[in-house]
Amino acid sequence: MTNIASPVLGPLGASRAPEGGEVGPIQSGWRLAAREFVSNRLAVLGSAVLAFFLVFCFIAPLFYHGQTVNTNLLTTDLPPGAGHPLGTTDEGFDELALLMRGGQAALEVAFLAAAFGIVLGSLWGAVAGLVGGIVDSVMMRIVDVFLSIPILFVVLIIAVRYNSSVLSLGLIIGGYYWLVPARLVRGEVLTLRTRDFVSAARVAGARRWRLIGRHLIPNALGVMIVNVTFNVADAILLVAALGYLGFGLQYPTEDWGDMLSKGAASMQDGYWWLVYPVGACIVLVVMACNLVGDALRDSFDVRLRRR
Amino acid sequence: MSGYLIRRVITSIIVILGVSIVIFFLLHLIYPSPAQDVLGPKATTASVNAWNKEHGFDRPWLVQYLSYLGNALHGNLGYSYKLNQSVAALFNERWARSLYLSGMSVVLSVLIAIPLGIYQAVRRNSLSDNAATTAAFVLYAMPVFFLALILIQVFALSLHIFSFEASQSTSVWTVIGDWHSMTLPIVTLTLINVASYSRYMRSSAMDALAQDYIKAARAKGLPERLVLLRHLVRNACLPMVTLVGLSIPILLAGNLITEQVFNFQGLGLLFFNSLNNVDYNVLIAYTLIGAALVVVGNLVADIALTVADPRIRLA
Repeated sequence: MTNIASPVLGPLGASRAPEGGEVGPIQSGWRLAAREFVSNRLAVLGSAVLAFFLVFCFIAPLFYHGQTVNTNLLTTDLPPGAGHPLGTTDEGFDELALLMRGGQAALEVAFLAAAFGIVLGSLWGAVAGLVGGIVDSVMMRIVDVFLSIPILFVVLIIAVRYNSSVLSLGLIIGGYYWLVPARLVRGEVLTLRTRDFVSAARVAGARRWRLIGRHLIPNALGVMIVNVTFNVADAILLVAALGYLGFGLQYPTEDWGDMLSKGAASMQDGYWWLVYPVGACIVLVVMACNLVGDALRDSFDVRLRRR
Repeated sequence: MSGYLIRRVITSIIVILGVSIVIFFLLHLIYPSPAQDVLGPKATTASVNAWNKEHGFDRPWLVQYLSYLGNALHGNLGYSYKLNQSVAALFNERWARSLYLSGMSVVLSVLIAIPLGIYQAVRRNSLSDNAATTAAFVLYAMPVFFLALILIQVFALSLHIFSFEASQSTSVWTVIGDWHSMTLPIVTLTLINVASYSRYMRSSAMDALAQDYIKAARAKGLPERLVLLRHLVRNACLPMVTLVGLSIPILLAGNLITEQVFNFQGLGLLFFNSLNNVDYNVLIAYTLIGAALVVVGNLVADIALTVADPRIRLA
């Protein structure tokens, strides 16, 4: 089936699929989207990587107990080997265990921020789109204003005075991630409102809440889910950047960015295990989120779908 | 057209004003007054109050905002209590260096991304296309500082080709001429930008390739090279206009981190150092300037697109 790269149209614009699509049993849009998603190899790869990291960060620490609390001068800067699969830091901490804990924090912040953002954003966008008129204009100008604020600067300024915790960082970043979903959901609501099936439902006597619950939300959900995956990726990068600059999550929470910046300081001593595994983790998680997001967008996009 | 322009400029000004109110209010919540940082932790409440009164920090925040705005419009961005200079003078010293770093990398990224994207679209799903897409995906997921660290390790510490630190010269012309130390910072930002630009360019070129005018150009027997150069490039580049204008927030953030990693004395590093010693006026001024740049970037992108694309007709 289609992968990300394959276009619907051939080089000369000839459609490869038969006109009107192949004949098949009628299925729900969700099942079609799921089928499309599963048949995309990159999407499956991305999901597998994400699943691996969820296990790695949340379940593996239950079984793997590395030293991450008490400084041990006898085990400082050990290269990867028996007992320490990824070596140890200059404080004698086990790098693998630190990686798990750092990933846990990063994923928690990212999911919290994305969830907070999508809930707030879709409410904001739905209200603006449904009410319309001056309320809509004002609400959308507010979104414009907040979108113009460079988030990294503001988060840094806040982080100087207040210590970052998973909760506070998640809420602050989420306080920025509602803007794009608000725009998306408003756009969806505006187009959906005029679609025939919504008119049909209205003619059939559907109440407003039934319209929202049965027709508007399920149809806007695709856009929202796609946005969440990209926001998770974004948030992980942002948290890492904060940590690298020294304003990330505070002890006892571990932070991938912070680990990287400490590792970078000892790079000239050749302690590669303090730098590359952390960096690879960040890249892999973010890449997996982006792959899943791309694939979801393709599978929800009816126009791209080869029926 | 001019009606649209005027409307668009007015909305932008309103948005900038809104942004400045939000930022000012937010900073006021976090740092009501720099008094404690200026006078030191041992300052008495009385002396803090006196200082606040003298410098106008005892007024309501809206009044403070209006006077700040009035001063800012006259070019007075306040005074850096840590560096004992006016903020405007500090920015004056550094903006050219940041502009060079960001500008150079944007220009390079566009120059690389356009041919790369078109090449990928023409040879789609070939080995080279897949390789480029993979590379773009990896770079797109790469934190700026991690990429910078890898480049430093390879090209500065192992191969000794470039310097691991950016040029420290105060003259921007020396900085521009100093390839040995400026290559790595510029390459870092360029690679990050190319990753996203080339993906947009590829999909935009693929859309353009499927259009009828390309078919027509091929049908009349035009060599493929001319089809691409005369008919494809200009149409496929249109989204780049918007993309560059909209990428200013990413550029600002990338700039901050790159300058920090390479110790390049630009605006981003000034902001970063001001964080550590809570240099109130520098923080607020740079955040405001950054927000204004974002709004102006959006505006310029919109206007440039309407100029570049005659199909966009405006009431």
